[in-house]
Amino acid sequence: MPQMTDERVRAGMTREEDLSLLNEVSMKTAGVSHLEMCIQCGTCGGSCPVAADMDHTPRMLFAMLRAGMREEVLRSNTPWLCVSCYHCVVRCPQEVHIADVMYTLKGMAIQAKLYTDSTAPHFSQTFVGMVETFGRGYELGLATRHYLRHFPLRLPGMMPMGLGMISKGRMAIVPKKIKHMDQLTKILDRAKELELTS
Amino acid sequence: MNKYLLYPGCSMDSSAKAYMESLNSIVEPLDLHLEEIEDWNCCGATEYLGINLIPAYSLIARNLALAAKQTSDTRTVVAPCSACYLNLAKADYYMQERPTLGAKVNEALAAGGLEYKAGTLDVRHLIDVLVYDVGLDAIRKAVIHPLSGLKVVPYMGCMLPRPDYQHRWSDHEHPTELDDLLRALGADVIDYPLTTSCCGGHMTQIGPETAFELIHRLVSDADERGAQMMVTVCPMCQMNIDAYQNEMNHFFGTNFHMPILFFTQLMGLAFGRKPNEVGIGVELVSARNALAHIGVEVPVTEEPAAPRKKDEGLPMPRRWTKHEGKKEAVK
Repeated sequence: MPQMTDERVRAGMTREEDLSLLNEVSMKTAGVSHLEMCIQCGTCGGSCPVAADMDHTPRMLFAMLRAGMREEVLRSNTPWLCVSCYHCVVRCPQEVHIADVMYTLKGMAIQAKLYTDSTAPHFSQTFVGMVETFGRGYELGLATRHYLRHFPLRLPGMMPMGLGMISKGRMAIVPKKIKHMDQLTKILDRAKELELTS
Repeated sequence: MNKYLLYPGCSMDSSAKAYMESLNSIVEPLDLHLEEIEDWNCCGATEYLGINLIPAYSLIARNLALAAKQTSDTRTVVAPCSACYLNLAKADYYMQERPTLGAKVNEALAAGGLEYKAGTLDVRHLIDVLVYDVGLDAIRKAVIHPLSGLKVVPYMGCMLPRPDYQHRWSDHEHPTELDDLLRALGADVIDYPLTTSCCGGHMTQIGPETAFELIHRLVSDADERGAQMMVTVCPMCQMNIDAYQNEMNHFFGTNFHMPILFFTQLMGLAFGRKPNEVGIGVELVSARNALAHIGVEVPVTEEPAAPRKKDEGLPMPRRWTKHEGKKEAVK
């Protein structure tokens, strides 16, 4: 921490602002995130249908980003609860791409292995695994693997629904695969080597 | 003639096959020509974006590249699924807003011999082209069996009117496109303030209690307003409200029976198609009673065997549940 001077204390600043985390998140977010424009008005949290279940409202999370609280941010359940309903996005007076920032934070939390509950990251990873294998979603495979891993006790109660979906032809037993899977694999393999750096 | 490139999306031939069947049943009366994008792949839904950015956008952009290559006399891509529509529109928009993203995605696409210049295509949702290209007049003219007497709430969901990169919708929170279309079919449209509230999306899979709360809010409000059914434009909304309604009821100790159909299914019925031609009967919360109000008879499909009645069972200790008191009171 730099030496505190009287001027700095009077100005209400107790330490040098470290914006590296905020900048990193902004850089890694698709589009122009406008994250640094947040004015802490709280419209996002007030618009959020799942705010009650969140560790931090989006507003608070963005303040924590500005404060450089990397570990606390990446451990927060907030990005994982975001349902991508975009209510906050259309109401934000500063046009922050809030939902996309949440996607970025999920990715960073997975990379740093800092998430607290593995249910959501595992679901996303299983889903992506199916897509990377077949080029299409595969609901039965996804549901079976996910429920066995995370909700084994929910399975018996869900059997009538699952059987209903299968017997009504709404859930395929066998996955469908795209024709040019090799092409998609090449694209994704190359894409994984790339990162947004500017 | 209205010609479009179609991006069906994975759910259209599985959980939302009723959507596809009913869409096929309305293309002829409305003179719609839909050409499927050759060898399209999954858009990644809401999952891939949260794992790895460039691969997620490359996955989406492969579809745009294939569509652009295929373009003959149309540059409009139509997606019937709201999540697919949003992903395709988002990739197209962000690749322009952030040119470095566009460059990286194209670097990846090049590994598969593809490229996509952002902004080349128009990405639109099915209901957008039906209301604004085909037009409500043409739809009204095609109606031979008006749905008068059918009380419906229009449920637009969230990913369709928001964030609305191309400013296509009448409003972000209370768009009226679906209301207008259903009125054109003759249905009694009930005002539904929750029309763009979230169904929970993937929370049914990862945080069921959060999802049940949202589903309960939507279903109970539709019920209070006297709706006989909900009408949706999105496979995810249909799936959550239809397939998880039973579990939601169990969770809250409620007994809602609120069918939810795709708007194309009601269009098909209004255009004189039979219920089985528009995929009616595969919903888990049956729409049979609701459709009886407009004289549409849905053949009885075989239901799974009913659970054994309590009095016939062996004498077992009573299982105490949180909501038992409430259930008894209802009886």
